[in-house]
Amino acid sequence: MLRDITLGQYYQADSVIHRLDPRVKLGTTILFIISLFVFDGFWGYLVAALFLAVVIKLSKVPFKFMVRGMKSIVFLLSITVIFNLFLTPGEPIVHIWKLTITQEGLKLAILLSIRLGFLIIGSSVMTLTTTPNQLTDGLEKMLRPLNKMKVPVHEIAMMMSIALRFIPILMEETDKIMKAQLARCADFDSGNLIKKAKSLVPLLVPLFISAFRRANDLAMAMEARCYRGGDHRTKMKPLHYEKRDYIAYMIVIVYLVGGIAAGKLMPVLLGSMIL
Amino acid sequence: MPIILDKVSHIYGEDTAMAVRALDNISLVIPDGQFIGLIGHTGSGKSTLVQHLNGLMKATSGNIYFNGEDIDAEDFDKKKLRSKVGLVFQYPEHQLFETDVFADVCFGPKNLGLSKKEIELRAYEALKLVGLEDDYFYQSPFDLSGGQKRRVAIAGVLAMKPEVLILDEPTAGLDPKGRDEILDQISKLKRETGITVLLVSHSMDDVAKYVDRIIVMNKGSVMYDDVPKEVFRHYQELEEIGLAAPQVTYIMKDLRDRGYSVSDEITTIEEAREEIKSYFTRLVAVRKER
Repeated sequence: MLRDITLGQYYQADSVIHRLDPRVKLGTTILFIISLFVFDGFWGYLVAALFLAVVIKLSKVPFKFMVRGMKSIVFLLSITVIFNLFLTPGEPIVHIWKLTITQEGLKLAILLSIRLGFLIIGSSVMTLTTTPNQLTDGLEKMLRPLNKMKVPVHEIAMMMSIALRFIPILMEETDKIMKAQLARCADFDSGNLIKKAKSLVPLLVPLFISAFRRANDLAMAMEARCYRGGDHRTKMKPLHYEKRDYIAYMIVIVYLVGGIAAGKLMPVLLGSMIL
Repeated sequence: MPIILDKVSHIYGEDTAMAVRALDNISLVIPDGQFIGLIGHTGSGKSTLVQHLNGLMKATSGNIYFNGEDIDAEDFDKKKLRSKVGLVFQYPEHQLFETDVFADVCFGPKNLGLSKKEIELRAYEALKLVGLEDDYFYQSPFDLSGGQKRRVAIAGVLAMKPEVLILDEPTAGLDPKGRDEILDQISKLKRETGITVLLVSHSMDDVAKYVDRIIVMNKGSVMYDDVPKEVFRHYQELEEIGLAAPQVTYIMKDLRDRGYSVSDEITTIEEAREEIKSYFTRLVAVRKER
């Protein structure tokens, strides 16, 4: 029933991208998103598209998984496109009834949809190739300097990874309780809103009880193993940069510079060639 | 009302890379009034199978008939099926949610749309059937002991007056005393009401004492389906799939191997006691003759 819903959409594969340090992937994703807003013009986005295509190819994740992420923003995307298309003032191209599409509007709409699309695909490459645990590990290490400002970085990271770990467990639990109540002829679907909300009580009460029980058990198990958190805690698999991680950083910098240069220089170059 | 399974298969995560065939071409007949033990190792498909019997899961292929009607047909009333085929899940106490025991047991019959009087009568009867004392009726279910909670949960299903009662590992996590109490209660219930009972378990000792028929599942298919004696004859094959005959069967086999002429087709402690007694009587008789 609830088995079909997947959260934390990690896709298991053995690729260079999967093996990269999570910090590299986090950093690259942020830089990539920034680059989308720094680049302008056709050539800049061509470079971004090429970069994205190469990364996707290297990650060995089927392209349809990337597109799956797009589905969730189709609505948002279409609204943005429509508003930009009709409401940007400028040189009119087409008149439809009382609405006008302008040249500037068309340009802006295309630009925005490319930006949003690349942004979603770019960040799903990261979530598809990095396990949630690796991500929180990476975040913890990246945010470590904040420790000096008395931000409990380790605790926050721990809470994040526990929360992520509990999602599938609670989903399974919900499925089980739902089935148990269905076996007692419970009805979750029919009736008006109030009746529907009421019908959730037999599902939510046992679910909360079990969540508390599990949280309690986990706390006990952690204390039994002398968990203190924070300082002096060592990791079983500490993160450290390898050669490929440095190479990845270099490639990203080359990409950024290349993209900006392409955006500025190509039109000039092409212009001089024509001349 | 009989349940008939015709070549039922179930595949988890069909058309993904991780597809698992949980049920493989299962054909079974569950006639009225039988006490059946469904046995298999963890992951053999027992739980998946029982969830098909009340329509909680849909077969990937094959048909299931309840009282001659296909339960996957468009116009089939699933709610009615679930009230006729009562399913008690593993750790059923986790489904309790009401403020007191009585109200929780009322949940099932209330969903059937019965009158208040009928609901309360059924809840009372069900709680009596599982042997819970009146003192507990208006306590919070969360204050009860593990064994008592489980009785309340079983009563919650019984209150719908099912014709078939399926219990998925009803003794999991209980101490030996609680286990015997629950099983005795189920057996008593079976005798008094005459309903069909399907007991899912991985412990032969639990099952051997009570049931008339054992279905052994392995890797999603039915391996044996026979009376307990016949099934336990294959104890070596059972061991290979991670199961075993009841312990008392091994003791009797051991005695026989050591030269005592006792039957080795014993499956319960009572039978063993009778057999050993009669062995001694035979021995004394032989000595007297001499």
